[in-house]
Amino acid sequence: MAENVTARVRAPREASVGEVVSVRTLISHPMESGMRRNGDGEVIPRSIINRFVCTLNDEVVIDITLEPSISTNPYLQFEAKVTESGTFNFTWYDDDGSVYEESSEISVS
Amino acid sequence: MNTKSKIATIAVALGMAASSSILHADEDANLVVNGEIEMVVRTAAPAHLEGALSTIYSGWVFRADETQAMQADDFDNPGMLFVENGEQLFNTAMGADGQSCSSCHQSSDLTNVRATYPKWDAEHGAVQTVEMQVRECQTEQMGMEEPWGINSGDMLDITAFIASVGRGQIVDVAIDGPAHETWELGREIYYTRFGQLELSCANCHEENYGNRIRADHLSQGQINGFPTYRLKNARLNGVQNRFRGCVRDTRAETYAIGSDEFVALELYVASRGNGLTVEGPSVRN
Amino acid sequence: MSLTRRKFVGTTVTSAAALTVLPNLSLAEGAGEAISAYTGGAATSDTGLTLIAPEIAENGNTVQIEVSAPGAEEIVIFADGNPNPNVATFKFGPAAGSQAATTRIRLAGEQDVIAIAKMSDGTFAKAVSNVKVTIGGCGG
Repeated sequence: MAENVTARVRAPREASVGEVVSVRTLISHPMESGMRRNGDGEVIPRSIINRFVCTLNDEVVIDITLEPSISTNPYLQFEAKVTESGTFNFTWYDDDGSVYEESSEISVS
Repeated sequence: MNTKSKIATIAVALGMAASSSILHADEDANLVVNGEIEMVVRTAAPAHLEGALSTIYSGWVFRADETQAMQADDFDNPGMLFVENGEQLFNTAMGADGQSCSSCHQSSDLTNVRATYPKWDAEHGAVQTVEMQVRECQTEQMGMEEPWGINSGDMLDITAFIASVGRGQIVDVAIDGPAHETWELGREIYYTRFGQLELSCANCHEENYGNRIRADHLSQGQINGFPTYRLKNARLNGVQNRFRGCVRDTRAETYAIGSDEFVALELYVASRGNGLTVEGPSVRN
Repeated sequence: MSLTRRKFVGTTVTSAAALTVLPNLSLAEGAGEAISAYTGGAATSDTGLTLIAPEIAENGNTVQIEVSAPGAEEIVIFADGNPNPNVATFKFGPAAGSQAATTRIRLAGEQDVIAIAKMSDGTFAKAVSNVKVTIGGCGG
C-alpha cells in the first residue's frame, strides 16, 4: 500500500434529471515513474496508480488507464449524466495491488 | 479572457534577460480562493521598505495563468491534500499523556498565527518560527521525546494546515521591540552577496523581479504563500528549505535549516510582505 | 514487480515491467509506433477532437491538458518526447455526460502532445498540441 494515500472527490450532491455534472478527483500518490534513480544509481521501481474507474449507480461513467506520464497526485476531471438519485463510486487501482475507494451520493429531482 | 502570447525568442544572458511575455502571466489579475477568500496580491510596500520598493506583489502574480488557476480552488490545489493530513495530525494523540494539538487549541484560535510569525517569544528570549513553536509545544507541553524535524513531512503538513486556516489574514510580523535585532540581522543577510555568483537576495528579488533569470520569471521572493506546493517537485516546500535552495543557487555553502541566520532571514523576508495576505498553501512553479 | 490489471488498448509499446529493468531512457522512442499500433495504421481525421494544452508549460512536472471528442468511445493521449510515449486512455461509459476529460501530465521537455479519439463508427480523429517546457532558472 502506498503510504498515506488521500483521495478526494468533488461531485455535486444534487442535480436535475438528465443534467450533466462535472466530477473532479484528486488523489495523493507519488506516481513513481520507474525512470528515476536513487542516490546509489539504482532505478527506483515504478509504482503508480494505473487505473481509475467511476461508476454512477453501477453504470460506468469513465474508465481511465494511467501511465507513468501522469503527474504526481493524479487529477482527473470528467462529466457524468445523472438520470436518477444514487451513488457515485470511485476506484483507483495501484500497481502494488492496493485499491482506493471513495463514494459520493447524489439526489436527483 | 487572456490570449496566449506568441512565443518570442529571448537572448539569455548569464544574468537577467529583459521581461517578455513568453509565459503568459496576468500581472493584473486578482486572487479569490473558493470564490470567498479575497487575497491581497499587490499593495503598497510597508514603511520599512521606503526607498527600496513602492509596491509589493505576491508570488502568485508572477506565475502562468494555469498555475494561478490551480490556487483559486481548494479542490484544484494539491497542497490542500496535505492540509487534510495536517488537520488529522492536529487531532492525533502524540503526547506522553495522549495529548494532541487539539487538546489545547481550536483551529479557530490559530487564524492569526501564520500572519504574525516569526515572532518574539519572551519566555525563550528569541524569535520563533511556527515550526519552532510546534516543536516547543511538542516537547514542553506534550512531553514528546522526539519532536518533528523542521522540514519533515509531518511538519510541512501541519504548518500547511495552520497557514490554511489563516488564509486571507493580512501579514503583520513585528519588526520592532525585542525582535528588532533579529530583524536587522535578517536584513543584513538579505542584502549580502553570497557565493561564487556573488548574488544577494536583493539582486534578484528587489532589483530584478518581473525579469527572467534563464527561464524563471522572478518574483519578489515574498513568503506569504508558504508552505507552497511546487509543481517542480509536486509537494509542499517550507520557507527555509527554499532559502537553502536559493543560497545554493549562488554556489555558496548554505546556512542550515533552523539556524539563527535563517530564522532572522525568515523574519525579515516575512516583514517585506507585511500587507499581503496569507496564501499558504500556495501553488508555485 | 508484477502489475495489477492494466488495459493496453491495442498498443504494443514496451510494458511497464520492462521499464523498471531498462536503464534510464534519455532518448524518447516517439509516439509514432504506439499511435499506428492503436489505429492499425488507419487514417485519422483532424476534426472532431479538441486538445487543450498550454503553449508553454511553467513546469514540465505538472501540465494540465484537456481533451474532448463528442461521440467518441475513447481517447488516448501520447507524449511524443517522453521516454514512454503513453500517457492515458479515457474510455467513456454509458453514464458519461460528455466525451471529455482533464488531467495533469508530465512532459520531459518540449514536445508534441497527441490525442487520438476512437469514434463510435470506428474512425479515428487526431489532435496535436506542441508544448514548450521551460527548464532551468534559479527556482530550478
